[in-house]
Amino acid sequence: MYSLSVIVRTICDVFAWFLAVFGVYVIIHGHLTPGGGFQGGAVVATLFAFLLVAYGGKKFIPFYKSSLFSWFETVGLLLFIGTGLVGLGTTFFYNFLAGQGGLFGSTVPIGPNSGVLNSSGTIALMNMAVGVEVIGGLSLILYYMFKGIRLYEESGSEETGHDR
Amino acid sequence: MSWHVHLPALVIAVPLLGAFIAPVASMLGKVARNFWLVGVSALTALLSVLLWQQVLTSGTAIYVMGAEAFNLSLPSGMSLPIRIILEVDAFSAFMAVVGSIAAFAGALFSTNYMERFSGLDKFAALYFLLTTGMLGMVLTGDLFNFFVFLEIASVASFGLVAFWRDRPEAIEASFKYMVVSTIGAMMILIAIAFLYGRYNAVSMAAVANALRLGYAEKIALVFLIIALAMKCGTVPMHMWTPDAYTEAPAGVTCLLIAVSQASLYGLFRVCFSIYGASLGSAVVPWTIIILGVLSMFIGVSMAVVQKEIKRLMAYHSVSQIGYMLLGLGVGLLALSDPQAMADYGFTAMKGGIYHLINYTMYKGLLFLTAGALYYAAGSRNLNDLGGLARTMPYTTFMFVIAAAAIAGLPPFNGFVSKLLIYESTFAVYPILSIMALVTSVLTLASFVKVFQTAFLGPAKAKLAQVKEVPPGMLLGMSVLTIVIIGLTLFPTWSLSNLVEPAAKALVNQAGYISAVIGGGL
Repeated sequence: MYSLSVIVRTICDVFAWFLAVFGVYVIIHGHLTPGGGFQGGAVVATLFAFLLVAYGGKKFIPFYKSSLFSWFETVGLLLFIGTGLVGLGTTFFYNFLAGQGGLFGSTVPIGPNSGVLNSSGTIALMNMAVGVEVIGGLSLILYYMFKGIRLYEESGSEETGHDR
Repeated sequence: MSWHVHLPALVIAVPLLGAFIAPVASMLGKVARNFWLVGVSALTALLSVLLWQQVLTSGTAIYVMGAEAFNLSLPSGMSLPIRIILEVDAFSAFMAVVGSIAAFAGALFSTNYMERFSGLDKFAALYFLLTTGMLGMVLTGDLFNFFVFLEIASVASFGLVAFWRDRPEAIEASFKYMVVSTIGAMMILIAIAFLYGRYNAVSMAAVANALRLGYAEKIALVFLIIALAMKCGTVPMHMWTPDAYTEAPAGVTCLLIAVSQASLYGLFRVCFSIYGASLGSAVVPWTIIILGVLSMFIGVSMAVVQKEIKRLMAYHSVSQIGYMLLGLGVGLLALSDPQAMADYGFTAMKGGIYHLINYTMYKGLLFLTAGALYYAAGSRNLNDLGGLARTMPYTTFMFVIAAAAIAGLPPFNGFVSKLLIYESTFAVYPILSIMALVTSVLTLASFVKVFQTAFLGPAKAKLAQVKEVPPGMLLGMSVLTIVIIGLTLFPTWSLSNLVEPAAKALVNQAGYISAVIGGGL
């Protein structure tokens, strides 16, 4: 896949970062607005699709560190289940941060209001965990699918693994 | 409050944690990965046994995820349960024990069986995810959650069936399974949507409590029965089983058997605990019985002609599912009539449930021995094998035990469960037990064929270099062998301690409802 014209690349340079910021917004506002970890993570992962299409595989493959995003996946999953396990003092997935003050536990005033961002306890933490996991996972899927269609062009030999 | 109350959550959380840490453990090297794979599976099996013990001593366990207390199913005076609830009665706990033992044996077997291949960190993670999905399906008390765990198990098994991805057959099998089971999953989702639309609840107990049979409920029931019967491989919808069971690595096939049993569990949970007495007519029980008889007979007649050893066994698993459907279908037929239940219904259910554990154990073992043959001799085709009893004595011994058990030869556990099914179905309609007997004879015939061609006869020059398989694989097989021998030696103990509580729990719809709803609405 070759890079597209300079117009497309410039537009990508300008808008790709807004895409990432919007994705992060969707992730951290998961408990207040529509969306959440998965949706926001998918938006951020679109950034990599954008870069791949605009700049082509020759530039994208060296830029994209697949081991880093593997770590994203693992860390996201571990953060998620870890949050669940910490609640085990009461029950599995117990929201032990809600209403406790601090970064995640402020209380919501009674009556109509526009929502308090840091009020949801572990739910925000889990949204972030899912977001990180989905960023890693979806962009890895994209990367491997792209490498898959390039496999026979690059390596020239068949895959090995199963001995038949 | 002892930590035992957390057991239902831990049984699901431990393999899930295992799946998420598996890539990290794999970075530490081969030994750490194998240790993790076997250790977490063993821990899961141990927790399942503890859970089963706890359920037997103190009754149905419920667990409310994220609540202030583990048993707070109706917080602040609400009339419908709102949180994710795990509900573990004796039947669920029994299924968890059966499934986690099969998962443990498969993991132990896979350590040596898979060591020649790359990508084993993914293998370990997917294996644990499949275990999690299977255990979640049997422990959950929530219809939507059941769907979620079903999908977790399905997606993990797509990956595992296609693990040898340079084989076109494996890709084909995985793709076929993916198409079929996605259609099935969508049908389950639609059925849940019907029930949710009618009753504003997805908790099984709440739906069961409010259920009045109408058009929406009937449509939902048809969708659920078709989809779940497809997932466990009954005859008109069985076409994915031979491919998927054949192409998956042997340790995975052992676990896939347990996963198909979890779908069977879902089928009976829906029929007995959600619809239960309000089923009314005999249409649904007879549908299940006819599906069972068809599966038994068509499955075995397809198996007799197979030449490839794993494919032959896969068709046998279609036919064995038929026995459980027959036994539990007869139980469902007798559900609304206490006299019939006492006469033959309960015996049929005991037979079906006992056959379920027997089937999982010996079919898992048969697939593992097939994997061992493939590992040692490099072929799954019966025409290429012969005389292996001399070089692979342990594998031969375990194969003989499993084959005798599946054929229902008298001292073995398969005989006990089949006898219970013959006796009780005879009371309903003699032709049913005749069909079951014929199936059993054909099963024996085809396993005699496998034993004779693969293990007996003159040694083949091509197979002169064949050695007995490595210790990890032998250990994995011997776990299941020990369970089979245990079930064989103590049929009375296992019937009264393992099977009867499970059958009673399945019949006791009111108990299932009141564990979550309390005194009722």
